[in-house]
Amino acid sequence: MPGLPPDGAPAPADGALPEHALSALSKAPFAIYLHVPFCAARCGYCDFNTYVLSAFGPDALTAYLSAVRRELDLAARVLGKVPKVTTVYFGGGTPSMLPVGEQAALLDAIRQRFPLAKNAEITTEANPESVSPMGLDMLAMAGFNRISFGMQSAVPKTLATLERNHTVGRVFEAVEWARKAGFRSVSLDLIYGTPGEAESDWRASVETALSMKPDHISAYSLTVEPGTRLAGRVASGELDAPDEDTLADYYTLADGLFDSVGLHPYEISNWARRGHQAKHNLVYWHSGNWWGIGPGAHSHVGGVRWWNLRHPRDYAQALEAGRSPAQAREELTPEQTHLERVMLGLRLAEGLAMGELTPAERKRVPELKKHGFAVVDADRLRLTLSGRLLADAIARDLVSV
Amino acid sequence: MTFRPLLYRCPLIDMTLKPGSTDPALIRNFCIIAHIDHGKSTLADRMLQLTGVVDERAMRAQYLDRMDIERERGITIKSQAVRMPWRKDGQDYVLNMIDTPGHVDFTYEVSRSLAACEGAVLLVDAAQGIEAQTLANLYLALEADLHIVPVLNKIDLPSAQPAKYAAEIAHLVGCDVADVFQVSAKTGEGVRELLDSLVELVPPPEGDRTAPARALIFDSVYDTYRGVVTYVRVVDGELSHRERVLMMSTQATHETLEVGVISPEPVKADSISVGEVGYLITGVKEVRQSRVGDTVTAASRPAKKGLAGYRQPRPMVYAGLYPIDGADFPELREALDKLQLNDAALSYEPETSGALGFGFRVGFLGLLHMEIVRERLEREFGLDLISTAPNVVYRVVLEDGAEVIVTNPSEFPEGKIAEVYEPVVRATILSPTDFIGTILELCQTRRGTQLGMDYLSSDRVEIRYLLPLSEIVFDFFDQLKSRTKGFASLDYDEAGEQASKLVKVDVLLNGEPVDAFSSIVHADAAYNYGVAMARKLKKLIPRQQFEVPIQAAIGARVIARETVRAVRKDVLAKCYGGDITRKRKLLEKQKEGKKRMKTVGRVEVPQEAFVAALSTSEES
Repeated sequence: MPGLPPDGAPAPADGALPEHALSALSKAPFAIYLHVPFCAARCGYCDFNTYVLSAFGPDALTAYLSAVRRELDLAARVLGKVPKVTTVYFGGGTPSMLPVGEQAALLDAIRQRFPLAKNAEITTEANPESVSPMGLDMLAMAGFNRISFGMQSAVPKTLATLERNHTVGRVFEAVEWARKAGFRSVSLDLIYGTPGEAESDWRASVETALSMKPDHISAYSLTVEPGTRLAGRVASGELDAPDEDTLADYYTLADGLFDSVGLHPYEISNWARRGHQAKHNLVYWHSGNWWGIGPGAHSHVGGVRWWNLRHPRDYAQALEAGRSPAQAREELTPEQTHLERVMLGLRLAEGLAMGELTPAERKRVPELKKHGFAVVDADRLRLTLSGRLLADAIARDLVSV
Repeated sequence: MTFRPLLYRCPLIDMTLKPGSTDPALIRNFCIIAHIDHGKSTLADRMLQLTGVVDERAMRAQYLDRMDIERERGITIKSQAVRMPWRKDGQDYVLNMIDTPGHVDFTYEVSRSLAACEGAVLLVDAAQGIEAQTLANLYLALEADLHIVPVLNKIDLPSAQPAKYAAEIAHLVGCDVADVFQVSAKTGEGVRELLDSLVELVPPPEGDRTAPARALIFDSVYDTYRGVVTYVRVVDGELSHRERVLMMSTQATHETLEVGVISPEPVKADSISVGEVGYLITGVKEVRQSRVGDTVTAASRPAKKGLAGYRQPRPMVYAGLYPIDGADFPELREALDKLQLNDAALSYEPETSGALGFGFRVGFLGLLHMEIVRERLEREFGLDLISTAPNVVYRVVLEDGAEVIVTNPSEFPEGKIAEVYEPVVRATILSPTDFIGTILELCQTRRGTQLGMDYLSSDRVEIRYLLPLSEIVFDFFDQLKSRTKGFASLDYDEAGEQASKLVKVDVLLNGEPVDAFSSIVHADAAYNYGVAMARKLKKLIPRQQFEVPIQAAIGARVIARETVRAVRKDVLAKCYGGDITRKRKLLEKQKEGKKRMKTVGRVEVPQEAFVAALSTSEES
């Protein structure tokens, strides 16, 4: 959840949702996201809604854990009878900042209130530095079956610029432990375009990551977010942010290397072996329904989007007072729904059904094909490699509303 | 408590010489020719004070300047000619001080005030010497047979060099150094003596009181409340209140609703008579109905022959003016209409540009006129404008003998051209002798032909050149100033036209010409122009999803080419649950931004790129 929350309309204190939104629950998969807004330290590039845990008092974790349970109660109350939960995702921040027992207990808390699908995908994110073989065993036993490690880079210089304190060796170990613990899917996060990262550095990171044989990789070009320490260092001239052409080259390089070992792109920044696509993230991209639990978490149910108060204290106070922790919400207009569908659909390898486009928008498709940005097959509009790199521009040009 | 009688003296009521019945032998009409900053306003203030027209308490610094601001806002009748009483040797006289327009390079406007006078004060800063524009106006005054009263001002300044500049002026005017007055308008030193001398030196007007009325219109101003106020110099006869008058050129008759003099506020009178300077109001609404240079006569007893008027000002420079926000087009039209009420020299026609949308092709007397009009449109009417590069008027003769007048480069005819004529000017440059070399070099590179060079004094020189007007309208003046550390001054006036090897250079984006960037340049300069323009645009045009060639071409021949490489990456890395709303809003905002882009040759160009490309560049 980078950046500041968007503007929206006030959310009702009881968190109630309109009938038409609730009725959508039966039509699409339902997911639960749980946000853990704590880290051991803030990384210089990060603008996520996360806080250094040690900066809070000793009761911070306890307060957070009970607030989260209260929100789960609220969600169960508001949603009423829900269809089975298809995916659960613990993200952060750093979920592995929570003792593994607490993570397991939170998953149980979800189970107590919501029915989980039998083969539900249950993911947690972890910092390679804060996992242990025993901890991973316990998580797997608790039901987590997918884990995503923040590897970021294999090059010490780049990790230092990102202010990440782990070593590459530790990632190897973490992956191995996770395999042994029985996680069905192991994913690695990579960042490219860190100031000072040469093409050879990036290639080394990709090759190192591939040598661990992950099932899934997310590779993100580094966005220098305003207000971060990194942005300050770039603005002062201490660091040089790479230009967009270099980033395009790095993307292309990685895409080729991933593809050669059977990791296929299924979203702009995500590659997976067959059967290992992140189902949870696909819920977002298919405009499915999900409830985001935790400070600053976003939710979407049937065309209503809302987002929680960002600060853990404000969040906990609202719930303690019996109010919804939502800060604001929006009900999507048909135009907004359409824009989102196009914008999200274009990011996916499966593409966008041509039927989603208006006749006027369909008239613009040949132009995209002419430039080699897109192909149409099986009546779906799909972006090519060069098109993926321009997905935002293409969405802007394509949508008429 | 003692009661003191009110001793406030209202000069006009008290004036023994009433408007309409003043013996011409007691009238002195004069103007002040001065460069900006040489102290004209201060001298005028001092005269108003000494003659008692404005009393001490009412006196504000630069009384006439206050008028200038009001005049610009169109709320007060501008003080064009101030009538001042002056007693010398026991005899009362009337001094009419006629304002020359503040913008001295409006030669045309200056000449009209000169025609209303018999004398001119040539006012020169004793620390700076005469400037080219002042010199040009001096020549106009000499041509008009005015008696010149040379005056050095600011003699109180430590840096004043009265002896040196007195010699320079004496040389120019052809008088003795001793005849050059030395005053300080600031302290008042010498001003009383100057007023006495004006009575002595400036010849009284000559005219026939009994002849049919003839009055020369030397200015015509639109006033929101009173309609058009016409300033006249009566040459023969008299014009009265509630009289039918005839405009001799248009043969239109109007009734004078009011006649009077300015002293320095308008003062109604029964009539104004031979030799006098005053105003009349007839209720017409447009200055064009009361044309400057026309002769006003009495409808009941019209004069047979009009006075020699002025030539109608002809636009010398054209530019396209476009609102940055296309929705402001009606406001721009309305603003131009309003300005024209007061500025007969302003001409405009709507035009459409593929790049800039709807706007006007506006004709100006010169660059300064253009700057003033543009500034007034932006300041007084709150408009944001883009102006295309100014161009002059070309006369193109085709092979079949047909003639095309080109006021917009994009209308330059294609092919079959026999000859192209461009306007030329006679330029006068005054400068310290140190800069002769650099000035000659500048004039040569601007296709100038030297006409002559004279030393005004041992260290000041007058250089005369024949130059194409188009070479001056761009940045000649700035170049001259910067190369001479600000010491050189420039004046120019029309000197006909010449045939030149001129070509139109088009700029093409993705193969399509951008009309706003077409320019007519000399064949020898076309290549440099094309290269510079293509380079500049390359920096300004954002990368598109495809490669965009920028070409400069003469006809079908490409003379310069640059390429804006295609953008390769425009996508945010992450788009998870919490990013969707923010990302959608960003997209919505970007789509809104797209609407403000102009599309030329399928290339999206932000308005700002056009503005920047058309601004006078550092490269030129």
